[in-house]
Amino acid sequence: MAQQDSQGTSPPAHASTLGNLTAVREMIQRHKRSDIVFASIGLLALMLGLLTLLTLFIDLVMDGYPRFNLQFFSDYPSRRAGSAGLLSAWVGSVLVMSITFLTAVPVGVGAAVYLEEYAPKNWFSDLIEINVSNLAGVPSIIYGLLALGLFVYGLGLGQSIVTAGLTLGLLILPIVIVSTREAIRGIPVAIREAAYAVGATKWQVVSDHVVKYSQGGILTGVIIGMSRAIGETAPIITIGALTFIAFLPPSPITEVAPYLNFEWLSSGFTVLPIQMFNWLSRPDHAFHTNAAATGAIIIVVTLLMNGTAIYLRYQIRKNIKW
Amino acid sequence: MNTVLKKSMSIAALVAMTFASSHVLAADKIIAIDGSSTVYPITEAMAEEFQKVSKVKVTVGESGTGSGFKKFCRGETDISDASRPIAQKEIDACKEAGVQYIELPIAFDALTVVVNAKNDWVKSLSVAELNSMWKPGSSVKNWKQVNPAYPDKALALYGPGTASGTFDYFTEAINGKAKASRTDFTPSEDDNVLVQGVSGNAGGLAYFGYAYYEANKDKLRAIPIIAKAGAPAVMPSPESVKNASYQPLARPLFIYVNATAAAFKPEVKAFVNFYLENAPKLVAEVKYVPLPTEDYVAVKEHFKAMKPGTGFGGKNEVGVKIKDLINRIK
Repeated sequence: MAQQDSQGTSPPAHASTLGNLTAVREMIQRHKRSDIVFASIGLLALMLGLLTLLTLFIDLVMDGYPRFNLQFFSDYPSRRAGSAGLLSAWVGSVLVMSITFLTAVPVGVGAAVYLEEYAPKNWFSDLIEINVSNLAGVPSIIYGLLALGLFVYGLGLGQSIVTAGLTLGLLILPIVIVSTREAIRGIPVAIREAAYAVGATKWQVVSDHVVKYSQGGILTGVIIGMSRAIGETAPIITIGALTFIAFLPPSPITEVAPYLNFEWLSSGFTVLPIQMFNWLSRPDHAFHTNAAATGAIIIVVTLLMNGTAIYLRYQIRKNIKW
Repeated sequence: MNTVLKKSMSIAALVAMTFASSHVLAADKIIAIDGSSTVYPITEAMAEEFQKVSKVKVTVGESGTGSGFKKFCRGETDISDASRPIAQKEIDACKEAGVQYIELPIAFDALTVVVNAKNDWVKSLSVAELNSMWKPGSSVKNWKQVNPAYPDKALALYGPGTASGTFDYFTEAINGKAKASRTDFTPSEDDNVLVQGVSGNAGGLAYFGYAYYEANKDKLRAIPIIAKAGAPAVMPSPESVKNASYQPLARPLFIYVNATAAAFKPEVKAFVNFYLENAPKLVAEVKYVPLPTEDYVAVKEHFKAMKPGTGFGGKNEVGVKIKDLINRIK
């Protein structure tokens, strides 16, 4: 081409096209190469996370394998590793989590709906928004200290299931609020406008459309919050959870009227991560087997909860017909 | 309004009902215990056995000696486990709240100095040598600096965290002052991490409770300790702790019983008596060292007399004899 230029003639059209084509092809090749490189890096990054988790999980399962039997779930803690079980721990976890669920969900969803739908948009609501997002990143031990002062001593709730449930409820409240707001924002404006157009009140719009259609997202947030709460140890120890407790809280259901009993709320308790922590710090290696088994169980429960969230979200999305 | 959420709520309620078979007993008798995680295994064993012969419920926490005393002096617990004597500010807190306590030594723990199993050069260590390694500002970084006869090998120190009662006692016994220690060692609140550290480092050295050495004998070697110049090197063992030849790292462990509870709650009194009665057997089973039989007799007498107070006066003390301790309170 340089030769042609020096002769003063313009290059033939076809040569230029050909030249451009090679250049374009080269460019495409180059871009494809970087695509492959980026995809490999991405895959590597994904594998790094997944394989680490998988290795940890398999290791826990292999270490804890001998203890995966029904007895492990029906025995109380013991000084003998072989007969020590999780009964008081899993019952405690279930009870605490139910309080967490019953408090964090209504309050969190309510707060999010108010912030999204009702609150005036001004500096004050901006301030609240920043604070809520910040609260999601506060270390859990801080919630434990707050709960120790507020629930245990301030309100006199004691070192009880209700205190632990409320503490974890506070802990996951920001997660529930943020994810509910995200879900609500995902509802198209057209839906609200259509509802208003046929004469719906604000409450009808919110309850029949906004919240209904964002159930999937809300549920995901709730379950992610609950999965975080079930593995928390620090705030629960701070408020004074027990380690050895060889009896169950009083049953919430009684055989005589009024059939409901709320004594369990004020009962002492222990939870799964505390048992695991205790067994792990023991000198006797047989206890480390119990700890590994408990770790695997906590991971499985968390996976199940997340799986349920994904399944329910899918079901809800499928049923939404706009 | 929200069918799925409602559904999940009813699922949660159902799960809560699944254990509905448990019994409902109005006003169950509960003995609340909290405190040291070192003493926890002993009290756990006692609580487990006691509940086999009694309907009384016993709960045990392990929030640590300090946190345990906080709850104890608020009157929230009946018994507090402690790996060190009650400190002055805890004495004051209890006094202010009107909580009186009975101090009962219940077992010994032998703090054990361990090195890597491959370490074949150390035959024994004197308190002075340990002090040169652990004193505040110590510049000892090599085994050769401890003793010129030792090989040129880097010294890696591991020890319990500064919040631990073990740390307090070791520094008191070796450096003469509780909490006075060099700071450039690897600390961990979890003794199993210290075991890992020393077993993975040929030049490593650590100290922790005897039970952790006993469970890891294949990876670690315990070092006989020379209490003072001219004294023989003594290996930590149940025998050497019992006959008081293992010095100065054998420490007593305690339970503090709320005197009001001991006097007016028969179940607390019964539990403490059960505790002292069964201590020789159960303490050994969880790998701690029981007191000599005559000391348990003295401690039982002391509990029977219900004499409140501490024999330490708010300070820790190394190498104190159980009988002297009890006599001080009398």
